[in-house]
Amino acid sequence: MTGVLLAAVKVAVAFGFLMGTVIVLVWAERRIVAFMQNRHGPNRAGPAGILQTAADGLKLFFKESMTPRKAEFALYIAAPVLAVVPALLVFAVIPVGAPITIGGVTYTLQVTDLDVGVLYVLAVSSLGVYAVTLAGWSSGSKYPLLGSVRAAAQMISYEAALGLALVPVIMFTGTTSLAEIVEAQGGTFGGGLPAWNLVLVPSFVIFLIAGFAETNRAPFDLVEAEQEIVGGYHTEYSGMRFAFFFLAEYINVFNMAALTTVFFLGGWHGPRFGPPAVEMALPVVWFLAKTWAIVFLFIWVRATLPRVRYDQLMAFGWKRLIPVSLVWIFLSMVAIGVRRFGLPWA
Amino acid sequence: MLNAYFGDYITVAVFMAVGALLVAGAIFASSLIAPRRPGGFKEVVYESGIEPIGGGWNQSHIRYYVFALLFLIFDVEAIFMFPWAIRLDFFAEAGLGITVLVEMIVFVVVLVLGLLYALAKGVLRWE
Amino acid sequence: MAELVVFAVFAAVALAGAFVMLSARNPVYSAIGLLASMFSIAVFYVLLDAHFIAAIQVIIYAGAVMTLFLFVIMMIGVDRREDTTEPIPFQRPIGIVLALALGVLVVAAGSKAWFTGSGRFGSVDLVGTIGVVADELFGTWVLPFLGTTLLLTIAALATVALGRYDVAATEGEEGP
Repeated sequence: MTGVLLAAVKVAVAFGFLMGTVIVLVWAERRIVAFMQNRHGPNRAGPAGILQTAADGLKLFFKESMTPRKAEFALYIAAPVLAVVPALLVFAVIPVGAPITIGGVTYTLQVTDLDVGVLYVLAVSSLGVYAVTLAGWSSGSKYPLLGSVRAAAQMISYEAALGLALVPVIMFTGTTSLAEIVEAQGGTFGGGLPAWNLVLVPSFVIFLIAGFAETNRAPFDLVEAEQEIVGGYHTEYSGMRFAFFFLAEYINVFNMAALTTVFFLGGWHGPRFGPPAVEMALPVVWFLAKTWAIVFLFIWVRATLPRVRYDQLMAFGWKRLIPVSLVWIFLSMVAIGVRRFGLPWA
Repeated sequence: MLNAYFGDYITVAVFMAVGALLVAGAIFASSLIAPRRPGGFKEVVYESGIEPIGGGWNQSHIRYYVFALLFLIFDVEAIFMFPWAIRLDFFAEAGLGITVLVEMIVFVVVLVLGLLYALAKGVLRWE
Repeated sequence: MAELVVFAVFAAVALAGAFVMLSARNPVYSAIGLLASMFSIAVFYVLLDAHFIAAIQVIIYAGAVMTLFLFVIMMIGVDRREDTTEPIPFQRPIGIVLALALGVLVVAAGSKAWFTGSGRFGSVDLVGTIGVVADELFGTWVLPFLGTTLLLTIAALATVALGRYDVAATEGEEGP
């Protein structure tokens, strides 16, 4: 029974955390991009405009949701739900901090840890394609259909690279559980650098690039290339239905940054000191600091790089990213072989 | 019998259900509160300001299909690599390290040949 | 108990999905039905403690294969009216007879091979479900595994053959 209660509390906290994160994330993106472009950005609602996202959400709540006459209503209305649910599900396996012990009982700061965590993440994110495809198709309109087919092709192309980038990580840590992957990154290399998987630099770079594409972010935001296909797959959505596509997009950005932290930046690992309460809270602080650093990178890239063309996008994915990740897997295999069995000729 | 692993998945299922209900509930609540005056040009799909010509469902190009097939192939490949990557240490301890390593190298090389062939034939070119 | 409830619910979903797949007029709804069926099968794998297989079921079937199907549907164009005249006159009776025959076969095979309790890997350490698959695949079944490579490569070659549309012929005709 306590298990059920604990699960319920975790689910509630996770939802609250995600909603709060998205509110800050959208505001942060608008402010940071504004500063980089020498503008002010939203600065009226609340201190420094931090309530802008909440205000926008509230506004959308009271807006009329229009439905195109030709829409396939059942799928049209299901698509926003299908967009948000996979995004939420990815977050369920992310460990946001070290296990904490209160009164002799240890709690993990993770909704749930699955032994096939990495595969679960890949499985759930592969379901994200449906929201895009169905939204575009069910609108019964040309631009959304175009946008959705493009987006789906983009997402699957980069998903292959995303999966391949993780193979060396798993070779290195020997587990697919996210909690254990973080655990394996504790300690240091010979007392110097922290033992993060960041040493697998090519994997990190491939994962990050594929992450940009997977979340449909700049410079790979062709899904919403306004000049060619207007708003992309959610052109025909308005009101609350649109709000949820927006929400899913930003949860995905946060998830991708959190996953990068978990796989490559040592998760919640960092120096721990001070009184017990502080010591217990520090891992969460480290985790959030690293994740937000990656989020900042996402925003920075968006403000800096121009959008690529669609043929460039596909060519980059299939002719560069996937071959490079295969070669890198091959090299890691050889490296592991040499480390374990010595040089073949020695 | 309810084991710990099954419980983990139940938590995931609860997470999924709560998420779906919240989203669906919010959309429904919004539809109750928000004004609804259907009709007119609101229901016409967007087509750069002119009236839409023809239906919204047109055929897509075969090249998308090609990419989906290639994705399937590489996805299966990646899936094969995961158990292999996890079990590497155990195989090494059992003295099978080299064998297993060679197995996977053959696997990857053959698939790379497939990708190279596709590249050489120009299938991955986006005209 | 909980497992039984979950099984019952998802068995119903799987069957309903299969029914929708067969009966839906619109191919997109058929695809959604198949998706529901495949997802339910992944749930069955979880119930059988085969977590790795469950994850693969979702990644490969619910993810990649279904995306492929959706692309095929988009390629054909969904607004085409389907030709619903039945070219073979006794199509339906033949279908029912064959379905019954299949049902009898399944029941017969099931009654012969039915067993409860644990199979070969009885009390395997659950953390190692991936490990067990790996041990079998890379330890015992090396040749079939390498055969898969060939199969995948052949699939890649077939893709190339399919994808070699004549660029000159489609010139000026803008695909989406």
